[in-house]
This record gives sequence, structure tokens and C-alpha cells, in this order.
Amino acid sequence: MGIRVFASALVAVAAATAIAACGGSSDTSDNSTAASGAPTTTKLALVAYSTPQDAYGAIIPAFQKSAAGKGVGFTQSYGPSGDQSRAVDAGQPADVVAFSLAPDITRLVDDKLVSPAWANGRYKGMVTDSVAAIVVRKGNPKHIKTWDDLIKPGIQVLTPNPFTSGGARWNIMAAYGAQLKQGKTPAQALAYLKTLLTKHVPVQDSSARNALNTFLAGKGDALISYENEAIEAQQKGKDVDYVIPDDTILIENPVAAISTGKHVKQAQAFVDFLTTPTAQKAFAAKGYRPVVPAVLKQFHFPKPSGLFTIASLGGWPKIMDTFFDPDHGSVAKIEQSAGVSTDK
Amino acid sequence: MPEGSLALGVSTLWLSVIVLIPLSAVVAQAFGGGWAEFWDAVTAPAAIAALVLTLIAALVVSAINAVMGTLVAWVLVRDDFPGKRVVNAMIDLPFALPTIVAGIVLLSLYGPNSPVGISVTFTRAAIVLAMAFVTLPFVVRSVQPVLIELDREMEEAAASLGASPGVTFRRIVAPNLLPAILSGAALSFARAVGEFGSIVLISGNIPLKTQVSSVYVFGLIQSDANTNAAAVATVMLAISLVILFGIRLVGRLQHGR
Repeated sequence: MGIRVFASALVAVAAATAIAACGGSSDTSDNSTAASGAPTTTKLALVAYSTPQDAYGAIIPAFQKSAAGKGVGFTQSYGPSGDQSRAVDAGQPADVVAFSLAPDITRLVDDKLVSPAWANGRYKGMVTDSVAAIVVRKGNPKHIKTWDDLIKPGIQVLTPNPFTSGGARWNIMAAYGAQLKQGKTPAQALAYLKTLLTKHVPVQDSSARNALNTFLAGKGDALISYENEAIEAQQKGKDVDYVIPDDTILIENPVAAISTGKHVKQAQAFVDFLTTPTAQKAFAAKGYRPVVPAVLKQFHFPKPSGLFTIASLGGWPKIMDTFFDPDHGSVAKIEQSAGVSTDK
Repeated sequence: MPEGSLALGVSTLWLSVIVLIPLSAVVAQAFGGGWAEFWDAVTAPAAIAALVLTLIAALVVSAINAVMGTLVAWVLVRDDFPGKRVVNAMIDLPFALPTIVAGIVLLSLYGPNSPVGISVTFTRAAIVLAMAFVTLPFVVRSVQPVLIELDREMEEAAASLGASPGVTFRRIVAPNLLPAILSGAALSFARAVGEFGSIVLISGNIPLKTQVSSVYVFGLIQSDANTNAAAVATVMLAISLVILFGIRLVGRLQHGR
């Protein structure tokens, strides 16, 4: 028995060091009093990925003013989606989790922290949408409009490494799916990815945010990113334009309540609040597309003619295995050849 | 001072909690999938390329530090110039700065829009640059106290016997400083091997080309390949251990000569 205790301690330490060692920084803030200033009786821990931080800053006070949110305080933690998911998996207390892609929730379903029914609701567990976009220099001097423009001679494209950045997998699947939409075979679409990643991507940053920093520092002609990131960069006064290709992927960001927490009822109430018009408008103000059609209509997001979903490409579980398995995934194999075939 | 056995007990406990148990856990996890899986993880082409790049860059940085760090320490101890105390205090700042901030600063200074006209980012040179930045204090701080304590009379005797300044430095000063230089270089090496925060921003991270081990391991963790990540980390630890032992051995042989 002693050995087993020691072994599980070792595993816990290993998990902790793995998380610490990968440099996953997360901000935690404590918002223990409700908007009214009255003392709170319950406190929900929100563990989320970084980008929607400003949106939640507006949504939480609105929730606390609603009947369901009376007396509910929050602790908030923001960081890279994959790191946050792994931290919750390893035992970080959480009541509500918000990630950039569904597999980070699936990990928690597998370990019975989230109910398997999490995606059964009207919006399939999603609270915000976006689309993959191509960020370009102000005025689009290289006239980049389509995915094919990215592999024209001399064009340098930035996209984060899909193995260090979970969110970058949206970019890869957008580029791949767009080729299929244009009538290419899966083999031709993979060949496109190989050309793009090995001949036109000089830098693979660790995250979407770092890639944006590299682009703003002057590297590259185009940056594959998400519409909401591009809108946010423009809102912050950065000198960039963006184009949305006709064929692009619908990005869907999930939220779920943790089923093992102390305040499951309040956690579910908060998750439900996120699809109210108030919350959906707050998300839209930060560049996200609302998932509620009535709210979406009030904003002027362009509708790409060839929009496709991750489900149309087979769904995340299948894609994670065939494309992104570090050993036999097709993108892993392309990455393994990245160094030998590019030379600047 | 606590009694001998108590001091030994406390320090053993402390070392266990802080170093031994976490490192053993990494090694245990590395072999969690058996020997074959371990071998596959560490012999993947990208893993080998990253290890080789990291070790060579760390060795280059240690060599640069051994020379430049000794020079800086020499200037700080033997020369007088205005602002010396400020410079002396500044040496430790790279330790205090979060390395991710160091990365952003180096990116804006030596990136494509470099205001000083030096653009090295996204190359292997950038990796050496980032490592040199975060390891600057080690050799300076290990050589400085030895240099302060060094008996000037030995040098004066050598000079009065007709030795040139170069010979005096090589035959009198350098041998006295060598253990300190080597221990500083060893610390630089170990720190450089594990560096992540600044390198991840400015190296380009292209597998087989500009991806260092720490970033490669980060990618494995992000892909839920924790066992593979621990395996590569274990090899990093083992090679570092061998090189650190080697440096100490050289120091001891030189000392005993």
C-alpha cells in the first residue's frame, strides 16, 4: 500500500512538473464580492483560455445582476487552452471551463469531470463561433485573398506550430478543408499543406498570440489566425487588415460545467447565461460570432460562401488521430520533414 | 549551526522534496511505457535534431560566457570607471527578468524591424543570443570573488622577474581563476539546456532546424504525449549530468596538477 501511495504521489508530482515545465502561465484573479457589493455565498472557479478574458470581464457582472447569479462570486484563471484543460484534469479546482476547441473538454469527459451530455444542448455546448482568417499587412500589399495566394512564390506565412498550439489546428484544418471544397482530393489537400508548411512558413510560434507578436514585429506577409483575434488586434489599434477566404472553417469554442464541483447548479446557471442575448452581445463586442442566430443577425459578420465545419471533415476525435497524432499523424509527418526541405 | 546529523537530515529531506523526487518522477514517467517506447520517443528525427541543436548551442554559450564573463569580471574588479557600481548591479538583472519578456525585447531589438540594424531572430544564432542573455551572470559572479581575493603580490613578483602581462595572466592569473570559470560555465550550460521562455519567441521553432529540446518537449505535452516528453527530458538530464561531471573533472585535474 505504501508503494502505491508513493507511486501516486510521484505521478502527481510528474503532472505538476510537466505543467510547470512547459511554461504554461496563467493569470488568476479573484472577484469575491458580487456587483452589488453584498457578500457572496458561493464562489465559482472559471478556468478559461486567454482570448475571451475581456468578454468575461463584462459578462460576469451582468450574470451577478441576474436572478440566477445573485450572491455568486468568481475566481478566474486564464491561460493557453490545452494547459488549462490539463491543469483541471490534474486537479485544479474548477466549476466552469471554457476552451478554444472541443478536444480540451473531451479530455475532462474521459476523466468523468464533465458529463458526456455536455454537448447535447441547443448550441451543442458551444458559446462562441469564429472563422479562420488571413491577417495581412495594412492595405494588403501582396494582394492575398485566397488560400492559394499563400503558396505563391516568395510569400511568407506565419501560423503557430499545431503541436504546441491546440488552436493552430483550426488553421491547418481550414487550409486542408478549403482544398477539398475546391474539389481537390485528400492527397492533393495534404500536398498543399506540405507545400505551405515546409516552403512558406519560416516561423512556427508556440501560440496564436506569439504568432501575432512575430507578425507585428515585421516577419511574414500573412498570418493565419481567427477572425476574432484579427478584430481584437484592430480594436487595439494594430496596423493590420484581414481577409476571410470564401472557403474557410467555422471555429467553435465550447464551454462546460464541471460535474464534480460543489456548486454544480450555479455553474450550470452560468453556462446557460452565456447563451443569453446579454452575454452573446458581450462576446460579439470582442469580435466573436454569437451562436444564437437572433443575436448573430444584429451584427454584420460576413458569411463566407464556402463555410464548412469540423464535423464535415470527420469531427475532432478522428482528426486528432489521423492528422495530429505525434507519431503517425499526417501533419506530424509533414512537420518531421519541415526542416530538411526549407532553407531561407 | 545545527548539529551535524540534524543538518544532514534536514538537507537530505530538503533536497529530496525539491530535486530528487521530482526528477525521479520524470524518469519514472519516461519509462512508463517500457523501454521500446522510450527508445522510439528519443530517437524520433525531430527529437534527435532538437537535442543536438540544444547541446551544441549550450556548449557554444558556455564557451562564450567563459571568455566574456571572465573579461567582465576582470573589468569590474581591476578597473575603475564612472558608473561601475551601476554596471555591477545590472549584471544580475537577466535573472530577474521573466524570460518571456527577454524574448519579446530581443524580438523587437534584433527582429525584422530592428532599430539597430541587426536581424538574427528565427535563426540558430538567435538561440545562442537568448541563451547568452539568460546565462550572463553565472561566470561573472563566480569569477568576481576569486579575483577580488587573488593575491596581487604573485602578479607583482612575476612582473618584477620579467614576465610580460600576457605571460603573467596565462601562468599566474588564469590557473587561479580556472575552477571558478569552469563552475560558472557549467552553471551556464545547465541553465541554457533548459531555457524555454525566451527561445520559444525568437528561434522560429521549425522542427529539425531551429527547434530546441525544451520547445519540442512542450509540443509533446501539448499533444498529450507526456511519456514521450518525459523520455526526451530524461535524455536531456542524462547528457547534462555527464557534461557537468566532465567539467568538474577537468577542473579537478587542472587543480591537482
